[in-house]
Amino acid sequence: MSSRVMPYRGSLTSREQVAVYDFSWPAIIFIPLVAVLIQIFIPVGFRYFPIIDLPLMVTIFFATARRNPISGCLTGCIIGLMQDLFAGPLQFHPLGMYGIALTIIGYLASSLGLKIDVENPGSRFLITYIFFVLHQGIYFGVAHGLLRQAQVWSWSHVAISALANAVIGLFVFALLDRFKQR
Amino acid sequence: MDTFLGRYKNLIVLAAILFAQIIGLAVQVRRPAQSGETRLIRLWAVSAVTPVEKAVVHAQKWVYDAWTSYFYLRGVRRENRELRAEIERMKIDDARLSEDARMARRVQALLAFKEQYVESTIAAQVIGTSGSEQSRVLYIDKGSKDGIKPDMAVITPTGIVGKIMQVFPGSAQVLPINDQFSGVGVALKDTRLQGILKGAQNGATRLQYIMSDEKVEPGEEVITSGGDRIFPKGLPVGRVVTVEPGKDLFLNIRVVPAARLDQVEEVLVVTKIIDKEPDTKDLAPIRAADILAERLPTVPTKPGTDAAGNPKPGDANAGAATPAGGGSGSGAHPSAAGTASANKPPAGTTTISGAKPVGTATSPRSTPGTPTAGATGASKPAAAAGAKPLTTPGTGATSSPKPTGAPPTTKLPPPNGPASGATNAQAPPSGDASTTPTRKAQPASEQAPGTNPDQPAKPPSTEPPQ
Repeated sequence: MSSRVMPYRGSLTSREQVAVYDFSWPAIIFIPLVAVLIQIFIPVGFRYFPIIDLPLMVTIFFATARRNPISGCLTGCIIGLMQDLFAGPLQFHPLGMYGIALTIIGYLASSLGLKIDVENPGSRFLITYIFFVLHQGIYFGVAHGLLRQAQVWSWSHVAISALANAVIGLFVFALLDRFKQR
Repeated sequence: MDTFLGRYKNLIVLAAILFAQIIGLAVQVRRPAQSGETRLIRLWAVSAVTPVEKAVVHAQKWVYDAWTSYFYLRGVRRENRELRAEIERMKIDDARLSEDARMARRVQALLAFKEQYVESTIAAQVIGTSGSEQSRVLYIDKGSKDGIKPDMAVITPTGIVGKIMQVFPGSAQVLPINDQFSGVGVALKDTRLQGILKGAQNGATRLQYIMSDEKVEPGEEVITSGGDRIFPKGLPVGRVVTVEPGKDLFLNIRVVPAARLDQVEEVLVVTKIIDKEPDTKDLAPIRAADILAERLPTVPTKPGTDAAGNPKPGDANAGAATPAGGGSGSGAHPSAAGTASANKPPAGTTTISGAKPVGTATSPRSTPGTPTAGATGASKPAAAAGAKPLTTPGTGATSSPKPTGAPPTTKLPPPNGPASGATNAQAPPSGDASTTPTRKAQPASEQAPGTNPDQPAKPPSTEPPQ
C-alpha cells in the first residue's frame, strides 16, 4: 500500500514530511504483542532491561507513522492494557494504569506527528525522550493521585532511563521502519 | 452540533477512552480482588502467553545446557578440584554442626519446643517478569495443576525469594521481597531484633521498625522470623549493608537479599510446612550428667606435642582436639588417631589427644572420609573388632590429614554415644562398634568422659585430655 500525503492545517513541515503510512494487519497485531512478550520475558536474564519500555516505543512509532489521533489513542490503549495484564498483582496494579498512560501518549504522539517531522533520528530521539518522561509522569499521577499508592519520583532515574530509551528507540524505530508499507 | 463533534472528534474519543479506563480503575479499587482471585481477562492473557514463555525458556535452557555441558568446558577441571576441596571442608564442618544440631534438638526436646519444618517443595522455573520497573513480580512455570496455592513461600537454596500471589492453571505469579508492595517478617540473626523487610520502588530492600536505640552492625545476617506465617522461621533473607538513623525513632537499615533476585532462574515453592517437635529418636537418652557436661565451661587450648612430647609450633588445636570438632577423640577410629603431619603445614596437623601410638599420615591426599588410608603406625583395633569402615561424612572429621582449615574447637564432646565426637554418623547411639574398639585402643584413663556406658559420667572439665 502506498503512503498517502495528508495535508493538515497547522503543519509545521512540508507536505512530503507528513506522509501517512499504513501497516499490514499481521504487523499491527504481532508487533505490539511481540513487544509486550519481550518486555515480560527478557528481564529474566537481563537485570536492567525493565528500564527499557518497548511497548511505549511501539506506541510512539505507530502513532507517529499513522498520524491519526484516534488510531493513536486506540493503539496506546490496547498496548497499555496488554502491558497491564502482566504488570503485577491485581491488588496493587489494577488494569488501566498503563492503559491510561499509553492512551495519552498515543494521542499526543500522533498529534505531534501531524505537525513536525518525526522521520529523522534527531526528532525521534527527542520525541522518545520527552514521551518517556511524560509517560512516567502520567503513570505516577495515576498511581499516586487516583490510587493513592506510595510512589517515589526520582528525576535522575527518570532522566537516565529516558536517555537509555531514546538511544534504544533509534534502533527500534529503524527496525520497525521495515514494516511500513509504501 | 455536527461541526462541534467533527472539530473535537479526536479529543472526544480520547476523553471517552480515558473515562472508560478510569471507571474501570475505580471498579477494581472499589471491589479489590481477594487473595488468589483472578480477573478472567488476566487469566486468559496469562494462560495464552504461558505456553509460549515456557517453550522459549525451555528451549533457551536446552541450548545453554548443551553449550555449557558439552562444548564450553573451560576451567571445569580446576573448578572441580576446588569444589572437591570445598566438599571436604564442608564435610568437616558438617560433622561439627551436626553435633551442635543434636545438642540443640535435645534441648528443644526438653523444652517441648515446636519448630516449623519445610515438608515438601516444588521446583519451578522463572519464565517471565512484569517487564516494568514499577512492579517486580515474576512468573513461574508451575501453577494450580501442580499444587501451587496463593501465599506459598518461594525460596532458593541461598535465601528467600518471595511469595505466591496469583495462581493460574499452568503458571503462578510471585511477589518478590524487593517489590514495593512486599513485606516479610524478619529477625536479625545475632541480636534477634525483629522487624519487617519491605521492598522499594527501586528494588532495594529495607528493614523497618527497628528502634533507633538498638545497635545493628553492617554485615549482620537477616533471617525470617516466622511471624508472617508464610516463611518458616530461620531461612536466610540477606545481610545488613548500611544502618542510618531514620525518621520516627526507627533505624533506616538497608539489606541486600541473599538470593539474587534480579537473576533468579530456578526457585523452590514451599508447598507444605509442618509444626513438629524435633526428632530425637536417633539421639541417645538424655542423662543429667549429659546436661551438666553441656553446661560446663570448655577446656582451654593447649599447645600440641609431637611424638616426642615437644610442643609443636602452629598447632593450635593440639592437646584439645575433640570429637566434636575437626579432630578426633574418644570414639574415633583409632587408626585415624595419628598426626597427619606428612607434607603438611603445621596448621593442618591434628594431634589426637591421648591416642597412642601416634601415627603419621603419609599421604597428603587421603580423604577425610577414609582416615585409615595412609595412616601408619596406628593400631587398628576397629577392623579387628568388626567395626564398619568409617566412610561416612561424619567420620570424615575423625582425622583429616589435609590442611582443610577445619575450625579447631576446644569444646568438649557431649559424653554420650553418637554425640561423643565425629564418629560414624550412622552408628548406633551408644556402645556401638565405633566406640568399643576405641576403648580398647586407648587407656582407660584417656577415654573421654561418658563414652563408656558402664561408667558413671565424669564431668569433662575435671581432666582435660592430654
